Amino acid sequence: MTPELGQLALILALLLALAQGILPLIGAWRGNRALMAVARPAAAGQAVFVTFAFGILVWAFLHFDFSVQYVADNSNLELPWYYRIAAVWGAHEGSLLLWILILNVWTVALAAFSQKLPEVFASRVLAVMGLIAVGFLAFIIFTSNPFGRLLPMPGDGADLNPVLQDPGMTFHPPVLYTGYVGFSVAFAFAIAGLLGGELEQAWVRWARPWTNVAWAFLTLGIVAGSWWAYAELGWGGWWFWDPVENASFMPWLVGLGLIHAQAITEKRGSLRAWTILLSIFAFSLSLLGTFLVRSGVLTSVHAFASDPRRGVFILAFLTIVVGGSLLLYALRAPRVAGGKAFQLLSRETVLLIGNLMFAVAAAMVLLGTLFPLVGDALNLGRISVGPPYFGFLFPLLMLPVVLLLPFGPFLRWGKGESPMLRQVLLRAGIAAVACAIVAAFFVDGKLKAIAGVAALVWLAVGVLLYAIKRWREVPRGRRYPAEMAGMLLAHLGVGVFIAGVLLSESLSVTSDVRMAPGQTQHIGSYDFRFDGAHRTTGPNWKADQGVVTVTRDGKPVAVMHPQKRTYLRGQVQTESAVDAGIFRDLYVALGEPMDAGNIEGAWSLRLYTKPFVRWIWGGGLLMMLGGFTCAADKRFRLKRTAAVREDLVLQETRA
Amino acid sequence: MIRFNHRGSPLAGDALAMKNITTGASPASGLLRVIFMAMLVFAGAVHAQAIEPMPFANHAQELRFQHLTQQLRCPMCQNETLADSNAPIARDLRNQIFKLMQQGRSDDEIRQYLVARYSDYILYNPPLKAGTVLLWFGPLLILLGGGGVVLVALRKRRRDGVEATTVGESADNGEDW
Amino acid sequence: MNRLLPFIGFMLLVALFGFGIWWNTRHDPNAIPTPLLNKPAPAFNLPKLYEPAQTVSKADLLGQPYLLNVFASWCIECGVEHPVLEAAAPTLGVKLVGYNYKDAPADAKGWLAAHGNPYALLIADESGQTALDFGVYGAPESFLIDAKGVIRYKHIGPITPDVLATKLKPAIAAMLKEAP
Repeated sequence: MTPELGQLALILALLLALAQGILPLIGAWRGNRALMAVARPAAAGQAVFVTFAFGILVWAFLHFDFSVQYVADNSNLELPWYYRIAAVWGAHEGSLLLWILILNVWTVALAAFSQKLPEVFASRVLAVMGLIAVGFLAFIIFTSNPFGRLLPMPGDGADLNPVLQDPGMTFHPPVLYTGYVGFSVAFAFAIAGLLGGELEQAWVRWARPWTNVAWAFLTLGIVAGSWWAYAELGWGGWWFWDPVENASFMPWLVGLGLIHAQAITEKRGSLRAWTILLSIFAFSLSLLGTFLVRSGVLTSVHAFASDPRRGVFILAFLTIVVGGSLLLYALRAPRVAGGKAFQLLSRETVLLIGNLMFAVAAAMVLLGTLFPLVGDALNLGRISVGPPYFGFLFPLLMLPVVLLLPFGPFLRWGKGESPMLRQVLLRAGIAAVACAIVAAFFVDGKLKAIAGVAALVWLAVGVLLYAIKRWREVPRGRRYPAEMAGMLLAHLGVGVFIAGVLLSESLSVTSDVRMAPGQTQHIGSYDFRFDGAHRTTGPNWKADQGVVTVTRDGKPVAVMHPQKRTYLRGQVQTESAVDAGIFRDLYVALGEPMDAGNIEGAWSLRLYTKPFVRWIWGGGLLMMLGGFTCAADKRFRLKRTAAVREDLVLQETRA
Repeated sequence: MIRFNHRGSPLAGDALAMKNITTGASPASGLLRVIFMAMLVFAGAVHAQAIEPMPFANHAQELRFQHLTQQLRCPMCQNETLADSNAPIARDLRNQIFKLMQQGRSDDEIRQYLVARYSDYILYNPPLKAGTVLLWFGPLLILLGGGGVVLVALRKRRRDGVEATTVGESADNGEDW
Repeated sequence: MNRLLPFIGFMLLVALFGFGIWWNTRHDPNAIPTPLLNKPAPAFNLPKLYEPAQTVSKADLLGQPYLLNVFASWCIECGVEHPVLEAAAPTLGVKLVGYNYKDAPADAKGWLAAHGNPYALLIADESGQTALDFGVYGAPESFLIDAKGVIRYKHIGPITPDVLATKLKPAIAAMLKEAP
């Protein structure tokens, strides 16, 4: 399979994307049905060619085609086949190809499931997706071609970064991109809405499930990345507020605000301009993330090789897409405050406060991430902004949200009900305080841990109280609509997450120790006995593997095998041993042998106990589950009811 | 996958020696491949941890050391903390910090010692000075500004929210969901 | 016109990013500016590389400006820089002092034998302890120190002909022009 076919496929895809992007917009503007009808077939065609191109690259990797530069740079003869597939997206060019592939997956799904949308609107949505594809395809073809040849062809390639040779790492980019790219759907809906000048926001209902699913994928992607960093990088941490981590967190925060704002706009018709603006921001931040990772303007552990030419291209693309949409917003966003009024004490208000805090938090992360650049621009000297900054301000900003969270479901739209609220406050509050006091004895009075317990109980009891209320008041079958069940799951997830973070941060014990075979160290409430190290081998690495036996009060708990691997090209990688548990993780990393020649002797090791660390990702997964559940709500599936039919007619006559 | 670093440091099993980087100019696209491959090689070596048992007097001292070094940037491997970096300068600085702790210096004095030699860049916790006022108070300003907008919107809503002509299924059929 | 605010805010961001890309083409993003610029060099007392029984201190070098070049045998970039230094040493205008950083003396001597020795004076900091006071974090690094012992210019990375012509020589010229 010649790689040039892949290049050709991309060019054809670009042409189809141009058709998909431009013709339906003209058609929608002129009322030309033939032009509008180009959208779906063009999208399908583009998807076929992009998939083909992606397939060619996968094929090249699987068949060791080192005449392709990208394959030679990222794989070698010993790399196992599953990592060769992962190597497709292991570096810049291939990851962009993955991006455009996923964009096509979303577009095809949209084309398939939007048959019942008004034609004018649907063609605009698909056209916007097409225009985005044009940008990325052009970027790939002109600056980042993965199919470039390397001649003469080397006998063997370099290697995929060992840090990427891990299941978590192969999973993280596709899932993360599915989330990032998924925000393009909400974006496309918003732009189509602006272009059509719709005064009604019926389209928000259609946008909701897509946005929820994208957000859920992004949540999963971030969780996967965090879990992988913990398991693979050996520093026992799970989040570093690194610029590229922040680049995924900002769209997540804005997406979070968006899914709540969409709820308000869909049900009450209010906050339309804000919902549109958030839709634009969420995708803009996704694009911004792409820019930050590849332009080299920020020091980051993740950054792909920087090249000013690529940086300029993406910046230009960013300017056109985001600048253009913000300009469109300035011109066409609804000016009249529409929708139903609401009192100060109402569900709308707490959701609005939540939105405010999410938006400020996203702005804070952006400020901190970009401040070193501002420092260079204004000649303030080189400044670092790291975890102490973000880790201080973020919890501070989220505190009001956590406090208000239990009340949200109990408040009605438009006008809240006070007596219910007082009950919730008392019950959840007392439960939280009581548990906090009990916890204080177990954690030696550590404030962070106590706060974690209190937050979890506060939120969990709030969720429980509402679930009980619905059970009592609503007949079977209508108690927990998917949208509400999703909300309850996600809110519970927030509590689990907070507990995981605060408890693991305050209760973890870490120590660097020197151990000879047979010696024992006591860490936390566990005894770690080092049983020496020996040589072992893997498919493309050799390792020194240690054996550590862990006991607690004499009872055996685990036998752990930390490794120090040396890969084919000389890279050294520490594979930490992690004994996972629901209530604690045990973690051992191998350092250096005390005597470099004698690996069977004493070694330096780093030993950790990390209570409740899995709750961090458990909470994240609950949030993700909540997002998916919410999207599955029956109400979002379009039925041909009379109202919708009427809606269609109105849309079309207005177009 | 770390940023390209032109300069050398003595790594055991010198991975860098295997790559022939021949220029110190900023990466031109022609050299990008070589440099990128070097990054892959170099990055792998860097990800071994900086595990170095030190003779702490007690666990509290060890905690203090961990806390200090986790808030400092490694000047060489700038994506890592001083606690985690395997670069020789990181080892030297960790030993130096330990020495200073033994001499009875406070956390602030140790930080000052490092800043005097390596500039504010070495601190992950940006100091509050004239240049960083915008950084530390910016979020508060944004919160106040946003809060103001929300308050105005709330007041407007209460008074004159228009009944929207929502075509299609309305959410106002008595159910909150 | 508060509907235009997001657009205006975004364009400011674009300007910042454009600046960032431009700045990156002119500066090494990893170079840490030294806080010791125009401040007295730290006091030091290091053995000579070839006569370890003799030591050289900062006081010994006062009265004459010099370029302190931090290098090591394990440092690849130093090999790149070395020919440039050898060619430039006679016409530099200041004494060239070699500072051997975290190197076994035997390795350093071997390397110099192979690559040539342009240094008027060679001192060795095997442990790297003194280098910490200079804010050294890798090799090569070069410090231009004037007759009064004040650091006037620091360059991080190898001295290329371009750096020599556009940065180092002008700095030396400016320093020499001042009244003693």
